[in-house]
Amino acid sequence: MEFFRSSNIDWLGKKWYFLGFSLIFSVAGVLSLLFWHGVPLGVDFKGGTQIKVHFEGTPNEAHIRQALDRAGVRDETVQSISGGGTSNDEVISLPISTASDTAHDQGRAAVEGALTANYRDSGFSIVQEDIVGPTAGKQLTKQAGWAILYSLLGMLIYLWFRFELIYGVAAVVAVFHDTLITVGAFSLTNQEISLTVIAAILTLIGYSMNDTIVVFDRIRENLALSRRESLSDVVNRSINQTLSRTVLTSGLTFLTVLSLYLFGGEVLHGFSFALVIGILIGTYSSIAVAAPMLVAYLDWRGASGKRVSLPAARGVAPKGPRTAKR
Amino acid sequence: MNKNLGTKAILIVVVLLGCVYGIIGIPHGGLKQALLNRIHLGLDLKGGVHLVLQVHVEEAISSATDRDMQSLNTALAQYSATAAKLDPKHPETISITGATPANQSDVRSVLNGNEYQNYEVSSSGNGSYTMTMKQSAIRDLEQRTLDTSIETIRARVDALGVSEPQIEQYNLGDNEILVQLPGIDDAGHVEDIIQETAKLEIHPVASGPYESEAAALAAVNGAPPPDQEILKGTAGNGGTDQYYILKRAAIVEGTDFRDAQPSTDENGRPDITFTLTTDAGDRFYKYTNENKGTGSMAIVLENRIREVAGIEGAIREQGRISGGGISQEYAQSLSMMLRTGSLPASISYLETRTVGPSLGAESIHAGVVAAIAGMLAVMVFMLVYYKGAGVNADLALVLNLVILLGFMGFFSATLTLPGIAGVILTIGMGVDSNVLIFERIREELRLGKTAAAAVQDGFGHAWITIIDTHVTTVVSALILLVFGSGPVKGFALTLIFGLLANIFTAVFVSRTIFDWLLSKKGRDAVLSI
Repeated sequence: MEFFRSSNIDWLGKKWYFLGFSLIFSVAGVLSLLFWHGVPLGVDFKGGTQIKVHFEGTPNEAHIRQALDRAGVRDETVQSISGGGTSNDEVISLPISTASDTAHDQGRAAVEGALTANYRDSGFSIVQEDIVGPTAGKQLTKQAGWAILYSLLGMLIYLWFRFELIYGVAAVVAVFHDTLITVGAFSLTNQEISLTVIAAILTLIGYSMNDTIVVFDRIRENLALSRRESLSDVVNRSINQTLSRTVLTSGLTFLTVLSLYLFGGEVLHGFSFALVIGILIGTYSSIAVAAPMLVAYLDWRGASGKRVSLPAARGVAPKGPRTAKR
Repeated sequence: MNKNLGTKAILIVVVLLGCVYGIIGIPHGGLKQALLNRIHLGLDLKGGVHLVLQVHVEEAISSATDRDMQSLNTALAQYSATAAKLDPKHPETISITGATPANQSDVRSVLNGNEYQNYEVSSSGNGSYTMTMKQSAIRDLEQRTLDTSIETIRARVDALGVSEPQIEQYNLGDNEILVQLPGIDDAGHVEDIIQETAKLEIHPVASGPYESEAAALAAVNGAPPPDQEILKGTAGNGGTDQYYILKRAAIVEGTDFRDAQPSTDENGRPDITFTLTTDAGDRFYKYTNENKGTGSMAIVLENRIREVAGIEGAIREQGRISGGGISQEYAQSLSMMLRTGSLPASISYLETRTVGPSLGAESIHAGVVAAIAGMLAVMVFMLVYYKGAGVNADLALVLNLVILLGFMGFFSATLTLPGIAGVILTIGMGVDSNVLIFERIREELRLGKTAAAAVQDGFGHAWITIIDTHVTTVVSALILLVFGSGPVKGFALTLIFGLLANIFTAVFVSRTIFDWLLSKKGRDAVLSI
């Protein structure tokens, strides 16, 4: 059984369709980030109090709010946990109550007290609490930012070392595109970005690179073997050759991540959502973003008159005809 | 070829057994218990409390300079120079004024004396000097304060009976401590217990009690002198707050207490007996001897006055706090406070997280279901798509997981919920390598090569790409390991272990299985792939 036995699709020819597709999703994401839901930061980054409460009966949100208000708790958000209409769990969030770190956890005691005293519909138990002060919020945000930056830098350097700079740049642009669309997806669906979501994003950076490298490896190998074909033809052929492998591995990883999304419970929901989107887009970007960008850059270099030597990187011995040498 | 195959097979079996040992040790009791003994569950799977607190080390610096200032004043009294701390924003600086040209050199030699070697002395002309604590001394003091805080918190937390508590310096910021207590579900209670041991000191009382802060201020003409401060509290354990004017420099601090026990006085009423360290005892003796019968001292806990006692006699190391109104409970809690030492500086909580035990169990359940579902899906697909070679891949996959769990057992790594996700991701990415190799082998077969040559070339060509792809993901995971904390670290670790194990199983094990198959089938073998 085999898919894609001899596919011969002109990938580079379709690059304008790809560009359009990418643009639609990126722009939608960016617009949402800027104007609609903004960046939905979780409590890890923006600080505050988040309490997950499990109710024994179906929770009545209006009553919950009344119970809290009666005890003087203000500015709370009460939301039911998505991902399971049968769940009896609610998330009560309070913004950062003070600008300093002390007394910020009085909100928790207030919420517990309010529910114990005023909520009559059913029993409840506190299942999870996260209280993050402003200092910790800032620290975690800084860390996440540095981690993503170092990751991209590390990739760039590694690819520069193994291939050439332009390969590295094309791959990093593809990964940046993936990250933008994923974060945009979170903004569009108004899902929280927590620390584990950042971990997922870093993983998909690695994974997208992974995928792009497979295509680049083949391009490099084919470039070394053939001197006469045009660059676009070589790249197209490389993509077609690796298509089977790319789709299969992405498909298999996607299967496992989908399993995580469906069965993995709601604590990991954001994490698995990021991976589901990331893997799809990561595979797409190797073909639709990285390869065309490589070709475009090299064509531009060729058109501007510089000598275009097809970049076969170190490590692959070209099998050209023997020439007499002194 | 056969001898090589035998060695390779033995190597694989040895690795397999080793990892199984890593996972369950030598099982005495049930299998599940053995599993749990080796693989530690993170807080998000076991349930528990996670706290990040910040130690206000500047208070420790302030106390140290307060004491030095006090002793300077005693030493400089004969030269009618005075030492004071003028700038509350710079607790590490002491200003000396009042030295006349006549005794300047004497004053100078006092300042340069051995007791003040942690300070740098600079002259600001006109008989004034500034003493600033050296940076190295400050850093030293900060580190010692942090270490003492960690020890004290540990002692306090031990009283809760937590198994495997984790209390250590937290490197995300300055002077922060991480406390993780699995199995506890009331963060408020833990915070109270830790914070109860906040800064404890005994100060001499200058005057008091006053009914209100205004009354206290009035008594000192609007502002207390620079070496005194106004504090409030309820002496004993009840009643309204009263205000006292205390000397800033403490006579003894919490860390000077070697022991404190509740007991009864000669009338049978509860009181507290305490023992100080020898150094502190000397200081205490000097002070109480000078002030017996006339002075009183205040026990200040976390900047609130908890008890005011008159000095009835000179006390060296053994002393007694007694008086009306001390209940037995109060005697017990106060002596416990004194006994477990106190924190050398006060703390505030930066982060508090609690995971209830039921959520932990649910998460494990969900994670395991997802892992099994994912694994089955992948294994079935490989069988259908690659037929015989699919069996090869599936075996390698199972071995991959066993090795991964074995690594975790050997390194005593902590398994978190994202860690389980990492295992699931390893399943998907692991089989990636097999797909790479098999696709290459199919290509080589299509070019007309024999089975053996196809396998050889397939593995040879795919090797470089496998390394490339693994390195990039491992690099991301390493960055996560360095920058992440807790659950995220768990994820990075399982991903790294899984990928390393994958290189072994996808390349070495799969190749061995192919070689074995080919050696059985002979020269004209046809691969089922």
